[in-house]
Amino acid sequence: MYVAVKGGERAIDNAHAWLAEERRGDTDIAEMSIAQIREQLALAVDRVMAEGSLYDPDLAALAIKQARGDMIEAVFLIRAYRTTLPRFGASAPIDTGAMACDRRISATFKDLPGGQVLGPTFDYTHRLLDFALAAEGLEPSEAPEAAADMADLPHVTDFLAQEDLIQREPEGSDTPRDLTREPLDFPTDRPLRLQALSRGDEGFVLSMAYSTQRGYGRNHPFVGELRTGKVAVEMDIPELGFAIEIGEAVVTECETVNQFTGSKTEPPQFTRGYGLTFGHCERKAISMALVDRAMRWAELGEDNVGAPAQDEEFVLYHADNVQASGFLEHIKLPHYVDFQSELELIRRLRADAMAGQHQEAAE
Amino acid sequence: MTPLLNVRDLTKAYGGRIGCADVSFSLYPGEVLGIVGESGSGKSTLLNCLAGHLPPDTGEVIFDTRADGPRDVLQMSEPERRMLGRTDWAFVHQNPRDGLRMRVSAGGNVGERLMAVGARHYGEIREQALDWLDRVEIAGERVDDRPAAFSGGMQQRLQIARNLVTGPRLIFMDEPTGGLDVSVQARLLDLLRGLVRQMGLSAIVVTHDLAVVRLLADRLMVMKDGHVIETGLTDQVLDDPQAPYTQLLVSSVLQV
Amino acid sequence: MTDQAYNFAYLDEQTKRMIRRAILKGVAVPGYQVPFASREMPMPYGWGTGGVQVSAACLTPDDTLKVIDQGADDTTNAVSIRKFFEKTAEVAVTEKTSEASVIQTRHRIPEEPLTEDQILVYQVPIPEPLRFLEPSEVETRKMHSLEEYGLMYVKLYEDISRHGEIATAYAYPVKVEDRYVMDPSPIPKFDNPKMESAALQLFGAGREQRIYAVPPYTKVVSLDFEDHPFDPSKAPHPCALCGAEDSYLDEVITDDRGGRMFVCSDTDFCAGRRAAGFTGEMTNTRPAPVDTEAMA
Repeated sequence: MYVAVKGGERAIDNAHAWLAEERRGDTDIAEMSIAQIREQLALAVDRVMAEGSLYDPDLAALAIKQARGDMIEAVFLIRAYRTTLPRFGASAPIDTGAMACDRRISATFKDLPGGQVLGPTFDYTHRLLDFALAAEGLEPSEAPEAAADMADLPHVTDFLAQEDLIQREPEGSDTPRDLTREPLDFPTDRPLRLQALSRGDEGFVLSMAYSTQRGYGRNHPFVGELRTGKVAVEMDIPELGFAIEIGEAVVTECETVNQFTGSKTEPPQFTRGYGLTFGHCERKAISMALVDRAMRWAELGEDNVGAPAQDEEFVLYHADNVQASGFLEHIKLPHYVDFQSELELIRRLRADAMAGQHQEAAE
Repeated sequence: MTPLLNVRDLTKAYGGRIGCADVSFSLYPGEVLGIVGESGSGKSTLLNCLAGHLPPDTGEVIFDTRADGPRDVLQMSEPERRMLGRTDWAFVHQNPRDGLRMRVSAGGNVGERLMAVGARHYGEIREQALDWLDRVEIAGERVDDRPAAFSGGMQQRLQIARNLVTGPRLIFMDEPTGGLDVSVQARLLDLLRGLVRQMGLSAIVVTHDLAVVRLLADRLMVMKDGHVIETGLTDQVLDDPQAPYTQLLVSSVLQV
Repeated sequence: MTDQAYNFAYLDEQTKRMIRRAILKGVAVPGYQVPFASREMPMPYGWGTGGVQVSAACLTPDDTLKVIDQGADDTTNAVSIRKFFEKTAEVAVTEKTSEASVIQTRHRIPEEPLTEDQILVYQVPIPEPLRFLEPSEVETRKMHSLEEYGLMYVKLYEDISRHGEIATAYAYPVKVEDRYVMDPSPIPKFDNPKMESAALQLFGAGREQRIYAVPPYTKVVSLDFEDHPFDPSKAPHPCALCGAEDSYLDEVITDDRGGRMFVCSDTDFCAGRRAAGFTGEMTNTRPAPVDTEAMA
């Protein structure tokens, strides 16, 4: 008996109702609040903000809750919401030199003005499951606190720049193109590449960076500096005629110092890779800096060794997890029509081939 | 007689380094010009500038086009230059991988230029492909095989067939026998010489191998450090080299 | 979704204007892929975001919308997209091809010829017909601008030399107005001849950020060789429900002993014929009412 597959509206509604039930889970367990997610799954929130390209911890926490912890789904929710927001303008460039750092480390100098600040890091924790966390209600003992040093922390690369040991980056005067408002067009420029990397999938950017370390476009990076903390966001208000602070954002910045042997026209000098993300996403920021550096081969007159990380089309077209997962998962959609046409083709080709074989056998 | 190609004061520098400088020469229909020199002498830079693969800094490359007579190739628009590259010009790379589509059958490789200029009859394209495979001594039964399954010498002969199928008038060759065994080289050179004579082709052959030019070239240009240091009939230059560098080049080959 | 929070047809007017500019450019240069700043939509990339943006830019409150996927109005994604516009644009919807002013489609062109008053919006996954021959976008754009399509024919040549025919069954490339080679989206090649139409045809690729168009009465030629002409073939059966000989068919497996039947993929076309009294060999074993409960 033939039963047509019909995915009526009711099926969809029922599926969504079931999803809502699954999302809530066992109702004997207390429901999670947005504030709990924001405070206790802060790094997940940060990742969703970074890849969602929207700085709003509460919305990111809501997206994580709605997505049942599926990070790419949460990023997707944020992106779709972001599209609908009106644009009032662009902020002034943030000054990471004036960052109130929670963490600031350099792998290139043992000590430097402002010092090494470890901050709240997993580094040097032993990765042993802490069963004490399984017992609820235990408050951590208070971490010791020093008086805040209000002085600006200079960038490590500034020290190298004083001696001209590191390439100076040209002062960009133009407002960079906005990846979310203009179609991607190749060849790109560095601001566009950095935007794409900053909202790119952490796993993808990490793997690309890792591939450069393993020799696919090696660029000898040192973490010149990694810093995380709050920066002021300022905006020019035309009615006022000057910039005012409109808020604060936590960002993570990584500058790598990379070897460069010099070319015919340039003396040997260090060069930079740059990474910046919303929130505390240092794995992503470091990865981004490595990939950024790898894609700069042309402007620095280096060889293109054919490494994936050097290919801006490859990296930029495949870094976005919302695009990637959408296209990947669309193969779940019905493809009866294309499949049917392939089916007919294969049947016909096979029939022709069989007929040919029979003929040969007969001869 | 109008030269087929007239090159005037061609110069190309890489940053501060000279690629080739002030190169001038004329090439007449049916003539084969050899360009010899050691690696780094600028001969490959020159060839790539002539063939439109590299933009020279200054100079003129005037080609006697079928439709409009002599025209400076460097002033042509990109579509015009590419059209020339698929019709009247041919380029044989040293490495057949650079000149072939390795994932396309031999027939498809030969047919591509025909299709690029508008051939739309499968049977005729295939017939021409088979004819050309035969002319370069590749068995017709290999027409549907991919070049990856071919020997180096066969790949190079396939590349030649792919280039000559549209009946070009000028062929650029970059070390066409480089990387091949000596016996394979001899057969390829023989084939090339036959085709060039038969089709009345003009050719510019870049090589470091004097045996190649002795067999193929009517005239010779010797290059060193980006400059042409000696020109003349091939036999004349090889038998009675004037420039000390040419003398060295010739004697070092003879010793081998 | 709180419906009132969004603009008519979801996108803001600024964005719709940007998309309309791209559409107009596409209409002016038939078959040319116009880059546009595709927005993130509340549905996944690859699920019709390009088509939805084009539809959103075309819809007016007076329009009547039809959405089909695989020729059918009731496939899940078609239902989902139709619902989206019912909610955000409050336009009238229909399943009848002749009643629709805007039709968004995935993988099919309706069997019933379209009119000058209709717009057909295609969802496009990969707009670049040369993509699987040349992966670089920079290169393919150059090939289009210089009209270098030799490689496309090499592909067709290779098909014939290997299989004896052009082994492309869907997304069969076409040349538009003797200029641009264009991907018709993954419609079966059976539908290609329908692209020479009275209706305006718009193509939206959201993830790949491209819009292109075939204006009414534009020449659309499927690529072929003189001695291997294009053949818009389909399964050699009539529809088991309405008896149509000339419509594209879905193959349905009816049991586990190799039993199968062929029915029109265009559900509206099939229903229309049955209403008019046409019958097929299995008309009497009509499908049972659908148990959607079981699908959830």
